[in-house]
Amino acid sequence: MAKAAAKKATTAATPSVGRRPALAGRTTSAPAVKVEVLPPAERISLRAPEASVAALSKALGVTLPKKPKTSASKAGRTALWLGPDEWLVIDEAGNDPLADCAGVSALHSAVGISHRNVAIAVTGAGAAATINAGCPQDLSLDAFPVGACSRTILGKTEIVLLRNAADAFRVECWRSFSDYVFTFLSEGSRDAAV
Amino acid sequence: MLLIRCPYCEEERPELEFRNAGEAHIARSANMAGESDDDFEKFFFIRSNPKGIIHERWRHMHGCARFFNAVRDTVTDKFIMTYKAGEPKPSKLPGVAK
Repeated sequence: MAKAAAKKATTAATPSVGRRPALAGRTTSAPAVKVEVLPPAERISLRAPEASVAALSKALGVTLPKKPKTSASKAGRTALWLGPDEWLVIDEAGNDPLADCAGVSALHSAVGISHRNVAIAVTGAGAAATINAGCPQDLSLDAFPVGACSRTILGKTEIVLLRNAADAFRVECWRSFSDYVFTFLSEGSRDAAV
Repeated sequence: MLLIRCPYCEEERPELEFRNAGEAHIARSANMAGESDDDFEKFFFIRSNPKGIIHERWRHMHGCARFFNAVRDTVTDKFIMTYKAGEPKPSKLPGVAK
């Protein structure tokens, strides 16, 4: 028995500790809002000139939006406009957008940032009020319709905000800021409920 | 809070997303090594610091992250207009009497 265990230990070259996503499973609920950490997703930061956009859209299977503050979504993959030549691509279906870009010969820069970001979902009637606790943007449906996205700030940190539905937002923040962002949103959700 | 129009995002955004980046339209010499000390000092350190209208570079740091130029009144703090980086100084300013 001891012999078998020792043998097993020597052959096991896999890491002894599995990946632990930041804040995994954390969730908080206020009367009108639910704040929860979303499961890990594949993400890339994509920079490309105008001439490469068509080829990249084809490879990614989602048309990269060209209008400011808009996003496009298809089959679990979302492309968010961040700047005139910059997009954040999030894949929640488990496919790697980085691999899809690798075959594109048109000039572009794709950087895998799956582990850099943590996503937090803010849902419920008070979702906009919760985010507005620390975000100075106008989140009314006129100014920030469903599908709108923007890099902005929340309290002291930078976030990327995406509106999935009238009362649902996805907040993307850097991993090391995620504890602050989650706590900030939890406090905000309490205020939003009042 | 001031609202600043970003020419790349094509809308007014809260000032917290922006950073000032100094005076605009300061051309760097093509022959920097041949500059005299006086000329280099002028280029590098001396700024106009006017009372009134100033052309400035701003960066939409926590937005599209792009640099652009803005015309601002240093007395009232009012942004008169903004335009994309690389565009020439606007000859006519909206709402400003010459």
